[in-house]
Amino acid sequence: MALFTVNNIALRGLAAAVPLQTESNRNYDWITEKERNLLIKTTGVENRRKAPDGVCTSDYCLEAAKKLLQDLNWKADEIELLIFVSQSPDYYLPATAIILQDKLGLPQTSLAFDICLGCSGFVYGLSVVANMLSNSGIKKALLLTGDVSTVSVSYQDKSTYPLFGDGGAVAALERTEDASPIYFNLQSDGSGYESIIIQDGGCRNPINAASETMEETEKGVIRRRRDLTLNGMDVFNFSVTRVPPNVNELLNYAGVNKTELDFFVMHQANLLLNETVRKVIGIDAAKVPYSLKGFGNTSSASIPLTIVTQIAETLQTTKKKLLLCGFGVGLSWGSVILETENLVVSDLIEI
Amino acid sequence: MTIEEFISRIESVFEDEQPGSLQPDTEFRNLESWSSMYALIIVALFETDFKTTVTGDQLRKCNTVQDLYQLLPK
Repeated sequence: MALFTVNNIALRGLAAAVPLQTESNRNYDWITEKERNLLIKTTGVENRRKAPDGVCTSDYCLEAAKKLLQDLNWKADEIELLIFVSQSPDYYLPATAIILQDKLGLPQTSLAFDICLGCSGFVYGLSVVANMLSNSGIKKALLLTGDVSTVSVSYQDKSTYPLFGDGGAVAALERTEDASPIYFNLQSDGSGYESIIIQDGGCRNPINAASETMEETEKGVIRRRRDLTLNGMDVFNFSVTRVPPNVNELLNYAGVNKTELDFFVMHQANLLLNETVRKVIGIDAAKVPYSLKGFGNTSSASIPLTIVTQIAETLQTTKKKLLLCGFGVGLSWGSVILETENLVVSDLIEI
Repeated sequence: MTIEEFISRIESVFEDEQPGSLQPDTEFRNLESWSSMYALIIVALFETDFKTTVTGDQLRKCNTVQDLYQLLPK
């Protein structure tokens, strides 16, 4: 089992950036007003941020990273590891992390690469960064996560369009002797790869004329093969049956009682799903913050964005024990228990 | 749980259905208030209130409220 501990690594700071432009599901006229009200109540998503054409995930991550370095008083040349977790890279190739190394002014002695994950990506990214820091001479690292998802959803697909928002986030980690252990539990199930998928555009199904054809796949769902497809029922079943055991195993492995947790920050999928997961695990609602209402599902940026927008103040001045949990496309899921102390949390950037 | 109790739980998740409006033979997808969102809401209700996982396939095979009731563990 991918249950493990990483020692001597501390999460020092978090920042997030989102587009200024807000879209409201109150104006989503592909469905009736009655359906809209039910959708907003059930998914918890009222407003979403939408990136202008041509603005990429890395643009949001870059601004978040610049701000966080400033707030931490870290210099770019101290950072020797940069990982970019996203499913909306700048180019087919090269990897976006390398472009970000240059834009941020990180030294050429640093290593930089991309990880292609979505909703589980923040937790996975933390595990890779923490392990690499722990097993190298590198002292400081940046983890950049996020997606611009609004480019790959069809307006006429009520199962995707009203859920997703855009944004990028950054986490700063440091190797230090005085850090509490970080515990991870990571899992994968590729048999569910079609539950959340963009069919066309990769090597398996290169873009062709049919990729651009609008097809009605069910009532209220018209999309192209190059658009995101999401099987809500499969994802729901996957999440409520796999996530609670993963979290409980991790708590058990780390010897942590769930009552000791200060916050349980989940990937922001939708309110009905997240609340079902929360109730099955049995965690007090007051410990579970949401950013869904204002930002929707922001993929691998959702956990840091939720912390930045909902619980920053208390983390900035105290010591807290957090359980973070990501789950979705892959299918891929994972959770992490870590402690923060006087975490540097930058103000949300809107650009 | 009796079917009457079950029906009253199901009625509570439909915004437009009054107590007593559903019968065991009601075809829930034909309700005027039905929307595909209710499929997820019903599955969530089974998970949290009835401690029972219902898959998409199982739900697709159900037409009436009675069919849903049969999904409860015996």
